[in-house]
Amino acid sequence: MNFKTFFAFVAPSLFMMILFIALPLVSVFIQSFQITQPVMQNIEVETCTPGFLTQTCTTEMKTVPTLDEDGKTITTTEWVGLQSYRNLLQMDKVWAAVSSGNFAEILQIDFWKALRFTLMFTLVTLPLVIIVGLLIALTVNNAAKSVRGPVIFVSLLPFIITPVIGSLSIYWLFVGDGILTAMMERWSGTNISMFAQAWTIELLMYFYRVWHVAPFAFVIFYAGLQTVNMDTLESAVIDGASRWERLRHVVIPHLMPLIIFIALIHLMDCYRVFEEIVGFRSQAHVISLQWLTFDFLTPDDAGNRAIARASASAMLTMIGIVFLLILPLRRTWRDHKGSAH
Amino acid sequence: MMLKKLALAGVVSLMGTTAWSACAFENETEVKILSAGFEAWKAVTDAMAECGNVQAELDQEFRTKQPAAFEANPSLYHLGGVSNGTITPLLNAGTIRPLDDLVEKYGQHLQPNQLIRIDGKIMAVAMMVNTQHLMYRADVFEEMGIETPKTWEDVYAAAAKIKESGKMDTPLGATMKSGWNLAQEMVNMLPGHGGNFFNEDNTPAVNSAEGEAALATLKAALEYTDPEVLVSDSTYVQQQFQQEKIAIANLWASRAGAMNDEAESAVVGKVKMAAAPMAMDGGAPATTLWWDGIVVASNISDEEADAAFRVAMEGLDEEMVKANNEAAIWLVKGYEPGPLAEGAIATATANPAPPAYPSTTRMGLMHTALGNELPAFLTGSRDAAATLVAIEEAYTTAAKEAGILE
Repeated sequence: MNFKTFFAFVAPSLFMMILFIALPLVSVFIQSFQITQPVMQNIEVETCTPGFLTQTCTTEMKTVPTLDEDGKTITTTEWVGLQSYRNLLQMDKVWAAVSSGNFAEILQIDFWKALRFTLMFTLVTLPLVIIVGLLIALTVNNAAKSVRGPVIFVSLLPFIITPVIGSLSIYWLFVGDGILTAMMERWSGTNISMFAQAWTIELLMYFYRVWHVAPFAFVIFYAGLQTVNMDTLESAVIDGASRWERLRHVVIPHLMPLIIFIALIHLMDCYRVFEEIVGFRSQAHVISLQWLTFDFLTPDDAGNRAIARASASAMLTMIGIVFLLILPLRRTWRDHKGSAH
Repeated sequence: MMLKKLALAGVVSLMGTTAWSACAFENETEVKILSAGFEAWKAVTDAMAECGNVQAELDQEFRTKQPAAFEANPSLYHLGGVSNGTITPLLNAGTIRPLDDLVEKYGQHLQPNQLIRIDGKIMAVAMMVNTQHLMYRADVFEEMGIETPKTWEDVYAAAAKIKESGKMDTPLGATMKSGWNLAQEMVNMLPGHGGNFFNEDNTPAVNSAEGEAALATLKAALEYTDPEVLVSDSTYVQQQFQQEKIAIANLWASRAGAMNDEAESAVVGKVKMAAAPMAMDGGAPATTLWWDGIVVASNISDEEADAAFRVAMEGLDEEMVKANNEAAIWLVKGYEPGPLAEGAIATATANPAPPAYPSTTRMGLMHTALGNELPAFLTGSRDAAATLVAIEEAYTTAAKEAGILE
């Protein structure tokens, strides 16, 4: 394809990517070094509140934003360097905790608490998703042809459900005397509260994520299994290789690029974990980095948002994803170079 | 029975279409309103719709949508349903207009205490009050010979007695969902103990003896509540009442009607209302007073504002209140307080009276800080002293960012 045709095909998508991904990213990057605040003034305000039959009026000093002649809030924007990052990371407290050996203190800081969960969530679910996905793929591949269609359909269902809806359903199944909790209580004879402590909530989150994403891994692996070289497999059988040895030395090496692909996608998706936090209402026990950014952006009743800290937190989330992706990406790059020669 | 209900439904729906005459004038201008989604707003917007050309949007996310929608020019809505908590961003941005001339023109029937004056100008017309107050199962209390609790100590004593009797495992309900709800509990409790949130210069004052006392009172509840109390919001507590799981709660007055809703409640007529409990002897009930009402956008033409306000007045008339007497504790003329309103009235008329929710920029920041830092204390991963320090630090960081602290 000559360059002109290539460009004509790629240009629209390139334009969209610049407009909707690159430019916002640059803007967030810049905002993470700035603080924009309204110019505040102290004025005395009399406010009246209705009671029954009478009103109570109170006069108090209020700090309110100044408006210009057009009724717009006057704001100032200041470059503050790394201040927002410092507010977020609170390194002074982290060092104090490290030097006193009191590591649990670190997890009291929102950012580190969120990072701990986000990393653990990502790294625990990754192998589970790959193993479960591979198991389903192998099972379906070995199943009789007549049942394959329905089995594939059923195992794909969790993947079709919107994540927020899925996590809400799990929440309702388990919260209070939800159907499943009630069943477990009848079984065990004790009172069970799944949303009362952090570890049960986390367990449910891992379970939910694996249940939700494994079908994706399954579809990819199943497609990969169709291309395994039958001659190699047959000669392995003749050489007396057991089922496990065939899997270990023929099938898995063949699927390796796919495993890396799924790991890449999963790392990117999982590091942005958000739906589980909102759906399970787990803020009291467990928060994630993405939720932290969301929380900074949500205005309170007085309309305040912490845009600067939200930007800093978003940038840190992105840096985290890049770090996580370096390993699998290097491997893909090496494979790519290897196959070119 | 079924037939009767069906016939009734038919009559009601007919009323909706033919009740044109229920409105004093025929509205020609398009009027849009964005408000919260609870029962009282439904009653008011339905009454407004009788005038024609009214589009009502009832949305529980109104508090995040309203500031941006009113800032647009022309404003996306003519009318807004607000509470004293959510009017602040609109006031600060100057996107709602003074109503003095409109009240003079169309609002003669309004009660004087409905007019919300801020700095002498009428900025909103209130329609109802709301407050968190005590709800309790009168039948259980009578059976066990417990008197109506006056203080939080009484509440815990009553809860202990019910728990010991084995009647209920978790007799106490609490709106302690982490975030806004939990923070609101502290907003009740700290002034209830005589404490303040701020010093004069906007610096925080939470880290005090009163702060510690307030935290201790909050935490004492956990012994009698559901272990999952940190996910429980008003709807959850309401359902716990309806399903006979709890016997006491400090719950919003706007939820009182649901206790007698035969379709979903197993405790019809058994739940009574009383004043919100006090945190200390001789103090005010540990709660805050709220009002809900209507504001008119700045960024619309005067003709539109005129029509919108006129329609709003039709929604807030005696006729509407008479038809929906139990839907809220109305401030509108014609309201007859029933047994459900007893608790709210006792709370509001207590001496000393509880404060109105102190809605300001700094309170917004403090509310967020409380909502984020309190859960760690209640789950036990941080002690009271460290929690109060953390609240002050979180508030200070946010306040510096928002420009109200140097």
